[in-house]
Amino acid sequence: MVIVSAAAVTGGIGIVCGVLLAVAAKLFAVEVDQKVIEVRNLLPGANCGACGFPGCDGMATAIAEGRAPVNGCPVASSDRHKQIADVMGTTAGEAEKKVAHVLCQGCDSVATKKYEYDGVRDCKAAAAVQGGPKSCDRGCLGFGNCKVVCDFDAIEIVDGLAVIDKEKCTSCGKCIEECPKAVIEFVPYKNNVIVGCHNKDFGKAVKDVCSVGCIGCKICEKNCAFDAIHVTDNLAKVDYDKCTHCMVCVQKCPTKAIQGDMTVIEKQ
Amino acid sequence: MELISLFITSFIVNNIIFSQFLGICPFLGVSKKIDTAAGMGIAVIFVITLASIITFIIQKLILDNLGLGYLQTIVFILIIAALVQFVEMFLKKSAPGLYQALGIFLPLITTNCAVLGVAIINITKDYSFIESMVNSIGTSVGFLLAIVLFAGVRDKVDNADIPDSLKGSSISLIAAGLMSIAFLGFSGLKL
Repeated sequence: MVIVSAAAVTGGIGIVCGVLLAVAAKLFAVEVDQKVIEVRNLLPGANCGACGFPGCDGMATAIAEGRAPVNGCPVASSDRHKQIADVMGTTAGEAEKKVAHVLCQGCDSVATKKYEYDGVRDCKAAAAVQGGPKSCDRGCLGFGNCKVVCDFDAIEIVDGLAVIDKEKCTSCGKCIEECPKAVIEFVPYKNNVIVGCHNKDFGKAVKDVCSVGCIGCKICEKNCAFDAIHVTDNLAKVDYDKCTHCMVCVQKCPTKAIQGDMTVIEKQ
Repeated sequence: MELISLFITSFIVNNIIFSQFLGICPFLGVSKKIDTAAGMGIAVIFVITLASIITFIIQKLILDNLGLGYLQTIVFILIIAALVQFVEMFLKKSAPGLYQALGIFLPLITTNCAVLGVAIINITKDYSFIESMVNSIGTSVGFLLAIVLFAGVRDKVDNADIPDSLKGSSISLIAAGLMSIAFLGFSGLKL
């Protein structure tokens, strides 16, 4: 008899709770914009916050309300952006995918040091001491502050130099904010030719501190058939819109300061 | 006077986290930032107080009358889970601002053993309705105090130079243990 009343009480309370919840669900139903749900399903769900909204739910609401662009999610592929645009009834526009890139090739074997740094292994701490141990004032310090802030495991420190895996990079921009040397910049994902130097000093000064720095000799500028690379303030810069990846500048550069994937030219 | 004493006891002396070790999961999980910790704490106050009222009524009106006091654990779990769901729906409709503020913390509280703990303590200590209210509020404010203090400590720990092997959760657990020892200083305090 006891067991019956126990079961009845537990079951009864369960049923009452269930019914109350069902009624409450109807009573307190909040109209959710169907678009929010659809957009939310198309977003990656990583909740990384790179879009500037609190998680993917916040972003979905913002897109549905028109407060954020349909291609505002830096992690989603452009296919996804199109699908989101379809939901919203607009066109995505071809948002060019950008990736963060370290504009420095001065690893420990090619860049000279002005002193031995023995302090906290932290770029900001090191930069506070005479601008860091590397002789070059503009170079990557390689203590890996960017690696720590990267949520996507895209940055490795190789021989005292940060290297970003462009396949993993989602262009969230956290490393760019973190770097005390401002040596990381966005470059177009499809671009292969990048000047891997950030030093605007004169040629001799650059040559003294790093063997792979840009010395501003303008050989690249003269040899470029597409007017796609220019030297300003002693530093070459590629015009990513005009560059055709002919790799002439990469081959001609006397200090090998221009990074370029030679396999691209072989494929062509 | 007795009520004030009860409040202080449940708030500090028998702090739910540092002395009774209930609700450790959200205490460690949601204490990375002071803002979110405070949000969690306020949501817990809200839910514990409501849950105590309902479970008290259920215990006195139904379970005690039928001699089924031993069912309290399972019935309370049932009621707390349903209550949290209900509160979430209710807030979403009638107080969107509060719903936004409490956000994801409400569903998390369903599985917070501190809520069940307080409900059961109220019954086992044979508190009257008023006393159990004071006890619930004191306990949940104690939870808020503990989680906010701990979030502050973790904030500082983040900037400290910690040996590699102690980084992350291990240093958090050590910090939590030290704070618990500090709270032992209140034990035996009588007003």
